[in-house]
Amino acid sequence: MNPELVGREFPPVGPYLVGREKVREFARAVFATNPIYRDVDAARAAGHADVVAPPTFPVVIQELTLAQLLAEPDANIDFSRVVHGDQRFQYSRNVVAGDELTATLSVSSVKTLGGHSMVTSESVMTDANGDHVVTAISTLVVRGDD
Amino acid sequence: MTTGLTVGETISTITIHLDRGSLVRYAGASGDFNPIHYRDDIAQSVGLPGVLAHGMLTMGLAIQPALEFLGTRGRVIDYGVRFTRPVLVDAESGADVTVETKVGAVMDDAARFDLTVTFGGETVLGKAQVQVVFD
Repeated sequence: MNPELVGREFPPVGPYLVGREKVREFARAVFATNPIYRDVDAARAAGHADVVAPPTFPVVIQELTLAQLLAEPDANIDFSRVVHGDQRFQYSRNVVAGDELTATLSVSSVKTLGGHSMVTSESVMTDANGDHVVTAISTLVVRGDD
Repeated sequence: MTTGLTVGETISTITIHLDRGSLVRYAGASGDFNPIHYRDDIAQSVGLPGVLAHGMLTMGLAIQPALEFLGTRGRVIDYGVRFTRPVLVDAESGADVTVETKVGAVMDDAARFDLTVTFGGETVLGKAQVQVVFD
């Protein structure tokens, strides 16, 4: 993989409008049981404007930014050899339905270990006011030739 | 406030059954349509034993007991995992994923939950930790 990717920042993606039914669909898919992720009344009773997105929901938006990295002509990333190594989310607040999130990806490190390469990137997501909501940090492992 | 939690305390142990429908549902919800999550022939063509659950599905379901426990008393400020082993989802028998949630650390108004996530007796997530703050 190209070590010159480190520090590269991609154009912002979005705004992505977080939809109520998309949140519910995602909550059901990850077996959410806490009603604030599915029930508007329960979410509002807990002080939220609308249903709350489960903590891993920002991966939906992260994927849109990672697509930019994978498509970068000089990245030399063979998508069929990519596996997910690590994932982390750091939240300033919950994501709720109605949020309009803009995500900006930057590459924080590129490492080679054995025949494998690892690229770590951060997708920083801000709301319509420009305030930080969540940063999604992902390490992709690109397997070397078998 | 005090959290009322004790380090080392087990909050819950649950088992979630995944079948191929669970993977299709997650694919649609997340937008991750990589065919290794629904086609055995393609999974095998890239050297896998068969269809695997999305790592992000495992990560997504593993935090649910902690969220259920948290209720409306606070929020998550950090959640991270390492994907160490795949979860193979058999077309007929599916896969049972077990999540044990323990209290890893307690501070004045915050706590860390440590998740042990296993499939077939082996851990599939490493260093799976959830940090929460209480309101």
